[in-house]
This record gives sequence, C-alpha cells and structure tokens, in this order.
Amino acid sequence: MASAVATDFTNKVLFSDEVAEFSPEVVKEMESHLTKYPPERKRSALIPLLFVIQRERGYVDNPGVNFLAKFLGLEVTDVWETATFYSMFNLRKIGKHHIQICKTLSCKIMGEPGITDHICHKLGIHPGETTEDGKFTVSLVECLGSCGTAPMMQIGFDYYENLTPEKCDEILDKLD
Amino acid sequence: MEIKAIGCEPLQLKRMHVKDGHTLKVYEKTGGYKSLKKALEMTQDDIINEVKASALRGRGGAGFPTGMKWSFVPRQSPKPKYVVCNADESEPGTFKDRYLLERDPHALIEGMLIAAFALGSECCYIYFRGEYNYLIDIMDKAIEEARKANLVGKNILGSGFNCEVFTQTGAGAYICGEETALLSSLEGYRGHPRMKPPFPAIEGLYACPTVVNNVETLTAVPQIIEMGGENWRNLGTEKSGGTKLWSVSGHVKKPGVYELPMGYSNLEKFILEDCGGMLHDDKKLKACIPGGSSVYIMNAEQIIGKNVLMDYEGLVAAGSSVGSGGFIVMDETVDVMESTKNLIEFYKHESCGWCTPCREGTDWLNKILKRISEGNGRPEDAQLMLDICDNIEGKSFCPLGDAAAWPVQSAIKRFPEDFKNWLFRNTNGN
Ligand SMILES: Cc1cc2nc3c(=O)[nH]c(=O)nc-3n(C[C@H](O)[C@H](O)[C@H](O)COP(=O)(O)O)c2cc1C
Ligand code: SF4
Ligand code: FES
Repeated sequence: MASAVATDFTNKVLFSDEVAEFSPEVVKEMESHLTKYPPERKRSALIPLLFVIQRERGYVDNPGVNFLAKFLGLEVTDVWETATFYSMFNLRKIGKHHIQICKTLSCKIMGEPGITDHICHKLGIHPGETTEDGKFTVSLVECLGSCGTAPMMQIGFDYYENLTPEKCDEILDKLD
Repeated sequence: MEIKAIGCEPLQLKRMHVKDGHTLKVYEKTGGYKSLKKALEMTQDDIINEVKASALRGRGGAGFPTGMKWSFVPRQSPKPKYVVCNADESEPGTFKDRYLLERDPHALIEGMLIAAFALGSECCYIYFRGEYNYLIDIMDKAIEEARKANLVGKNILGSGFNCEVFTQTGAGAYICGEETALLSSLEGYRGHPRMKPPFPAIEGLYACPTVVNNVETLTAVPQIIEMGGENWRNLGTEKSGGTKLWSVSGHVKKPGVYELPMGYSNLEKFILEDCGGMLHDDKKLKACIPGGSSVYIMNAEQIIGKNVLMDYEGLVAAGSSVGSGGFIVMDETVDVMESTKNLIEFYKHESCGWCTPCREGTDWLNKILKRISEGNGRPEDAQLMLDICDNIEGKSFCPLGDAAAWPVQSAIKRFPEDFKNWLFRNTNGN
C-alpha cells in the first residue's frame, strides 16, 4: 500500500474543479477498455484508466481524476479512494525515468545494496528523490518477480536483470 | 538462468525453448488446442472428474484441490459465472508464472477455456500484477490470434460454446494476489479482502459464482485433459499429482525455473546438485525458504541427510510447505535476523491496513527489527516478537497476517544464534 503517497494527495489538490481534456484518440482508447466489462460495471475500468491518466499527464493529478469520475459516472472521492491504494500510481510529479530497484530478499542477498549505492551515487540522489533536471527518480520497491535474475530493476515498465554496476552505467547512459 | 525439467519430461515447460512458442501457429503445431477440442466433446462432469482424478492442487500457494474447487460452483445459476486467472505473482521468490505467460500464453488461454466450458462460464479475466505490463501485451496478442481462429468468442469451433477472455491490470499491491482482494481490485476498488463465506464459488466477481485459479494451475488443465487425470496424477504422488514448477533464487550456481515431478527426491540433491550447488564453493548452505517468503524458513540440519521429498506432504513433514514454490537459498554469509527484517519490511509495506492485528502487528515487528538492526536489541525482544506473532496469527482477517508471522516465528526458533548475537550484544549500551 502506498502509505507515503496518501499524505501527499491531501495537499489542496482535492479542491480544484478543473477537468482534464484528452485527444479523441485517447478518449477512444479509454472507451475501448469499457468493452471488457458488463455495462453496469464500468468501475472495473478504473485501474487501467488511471494508468492512461498517469501516462498522459505524467502522474495521477486532480484534473485527471475529475475527468475519470465524469467518464465513469463515479464520485471524485471514489476515484481517489482507489488511486491512493496502489503503489504504482504516482500522485505527484516524478522524474521522466522512474528507476525502481528491487530491495526484497533474493535481490538483497545477490547484491542490491551495491547497485542502489552505485546508481544513487551516479545520479547524486537518495532513494525516493528526483534529480534536479527532472530526469530520474529512484525508488526502492518490493519483489518484481525476477528473483532468479537478481539483482534487478524496472525502469518505467522495462525489466533490467542480472545487474552489475557496469551494466547500470550502460543502461542509464542510453536513456535520454 | 536455467529453465528446465528434472526427473520428468517437460510438460509445463514444454515450449519454453521452442522458437515462437508463444504464437498460435507453433502452439498448435506442438499439440496446442487439441485438449480444448477434446473437452468440447466431453460432458462438464467428465471434465471436472478428470481434474479431480489428477489430484491437481492449486499452484498459487494454498494448494487447494482444483477439482473440488470447481465442483463448488453451482451447476444452475441465474447469474453469469466467471473464471478468473490469478497472474498477480507477487510472493517474494516466485517468478514461474512470468515465464509461462511470456512464452506459452496460449496454454493459459486453452486452460481457461476448458475451465469455463466445464463450469458453464462465458467470460474469463486474467488479472496481472501491474508491473507485468509487457506480459499483458503478449497475452492480448495471443487472445487476438485465438479470436481470429475462432478459439475465443462466439460459437467456438462450431460447438455452440461462447467464451470471451480479457486481460486486466493491477497496480502494485501484493494483497491483490489474495483471491477476494483480487476480485475487489478487478471491480475497481481498493484491494481489500472480503469475508468468506460466501466463497467466490458462490459469490465472487460482481457477486456471481467465480473460480479463481493460479496461472500454473490453469496451464496444467490441457495436459490433464490430454493424458487423462489418472495418468497425470501418476507423474507425481497419490496426494500430490503431476509436476510442479519451482522458482529458484539466491545463493546457487544455477537459479531458474525447474519443473519437478511431485515427490521428487530430494531437497538436498536439488539444491546441491540440480541447481548447480552453492554459488560460492567455500560457503555452506545455511537456510532455505522453499515456498515463497510466506512459509517457514528451514535450516541446513532440516535438509542435509534428511531425504526431504518435494511435495505437499514431504515439505510439511520436514517443517515447511510448498507454498508458491518460490525457493530461496541462503548461504552462511546471510544473517537470519537481517533476512527476517527484510521480509517484515515487505509485509508491513503490503499489509492492506484493513484489520488491526496485521496492520499494527507488522508495523511493530518492523519497528522492533529496525531497532535491533541499529544495535539496540534487548534480550527480551525474541519473546516480544513471538508474542506479537501470536496476536497476528489466526487473528487476522486474511492469510497475509499469518504469512507475516510465520517467517518470524520460524526464524527465531530455528536460528536462535543469529538473534542472540543481536539481542545480547547491545552495541549502544542501552
Ligand atoms: C497475501 C496473499 C497473496 C497471494 N498471492 C497470490 C498470487 O500472487 N498468485 C496466486 O496465484 N495466488 C496467490 N494467493 C492465493 C490466492 O488467494 C488463491 O488461493 C489462489 O489464487 C487460488 O488459485 P489456485 O487454487 O489455483 O492456487 C495469495 C494469497 C494470499 C493470502
Ligand atoms: S490480514 Fe493484513 S492484508 Fe489481510 S485484511 Fe488484515 S490488514 Fe489486510
Ligand atoms: S526479490 Fe527482487 S525480484 Fe524478487
């Protein structure tokens, strides 16, 4: 559960009535999700649609949430209720590349601490922080289902496995 | 990383190394969708009976007999019925489903279609953990291929059976692997577990009869229909039928996904020979967690020279359990106080917060272990943690609470030296 984020979203954002706007293609994409569920069960599309909001707006923001509430016929608080539960939804702006290093047991004993130190040192930040240029955010996360190829990290949705400091350099240097 | 079968022909792993095994063309060429065709000619009861005869037990962690679970779904129902695949795979140490989903998506689709036909369902959902986004793309493509070949959709292969298969994403919450929390999440809510009964078989998704099964459980179904339940069971033991996937990680030379017949002999050989032995030749085996982070941790004395059989009964007799088959091997460089602290951080983070014993208990365990790791351990801490575990175990709303207590209880009992070092060697003098 995303406890750290739950406190962030109370920062005045609830008070804005602004509703986000999306291109016809994006609206069409959102509508295509609705076809998966019985018509009276549109709320089932909430999590997939929150990912669309996050992709389009950089994070799950207040205007995006207001849009979803209208789109699905829900209360704004229904949308926040769900959005604040899941750790993959960012409720504030983060870096362009989200580096998520797995810190759970198999990765930990196979060298995660060295990888985290290396990446943080290279970027000049601590876990949980974003570089000043807004390019990278580093987070420590729980097991990502890649324990046999530990240590590992996920950047955005991409998996990077069997990490070494040199490999991390190569990966990060390629990102723009 | 190794992906291979030992002691049996690869069944679950049949297509892991076949080029383009994820495509419909290659899937069919290698025997795919034959079982569906066979099942469509069988009666619903016959299919369920084959699954019962196979002694297949759920591969998600709880090990509940699959045939029995299916038979709880009411035959006649005014409401629609659902088949839901649990592809949330978030138990630390577990990564087998990922490879099935990546390299053999049609096997899951076929398994789900057979389950749906047997249960009288026309709609299946596959719930993926949010981080497995790339697997959703692979699965969506596979479903599209199957739809074009009239294997999904209306009047499948002219049988009159209609069935849709949809993918759904989670968004980062271990608790959504618990089947009722998964259903809450699939309905668009926070992933809180629900009261049982009613069980999902009676009131699941949208309050309709629902079967939730793990990926590996469902991919076993086509094999069972193909070779017959009895034959499939005979690959393993009387009570633990068939073969099972083990995700191996940690201090071994060859981590990977291994398929073993149930009842494989034995655990020691598996670690020290099959998995290539210890990662560093001069470091001895210290501990092993055989079934994902939620099962009892074992020490070397419970393994070496004990001929532990790898199945449900064998691992329970040896003092642990099969769980999800997430097999974590640790050598003597690991301090079990620290490894326990690592796992408790996980459970504290993943506790959904719904009930007090788990929410508060995991938080307290976490705080105590943190204090200990900072050099402020006290002699009474071991008992204090065991007392907290007593107040979580059996008193929480869902099994996540138990899952958090077990690693702590077993670590303190089986690795007393590791804790003593910290509790009696207070470095800060207070
Ligand atoms: C906290 C918790 C997490 C779970 N995570 C998973 C999971 O990631 N995948 C899974 O298949 N089952 C998981 N389960 C087990 C499910 O509740 C359920 O028993 C299973 O999906 C049923 O399928 P099966 O009978 O085929 O194993 C979890 C259970 C609990 C209590
Ligand atoms: S035991 Fe933990 S995860 Fe389960 S309902 Fe209670 S707080 Fe939530
Ligand atoms: S422990 Fe890191 S991916 Fe599983």
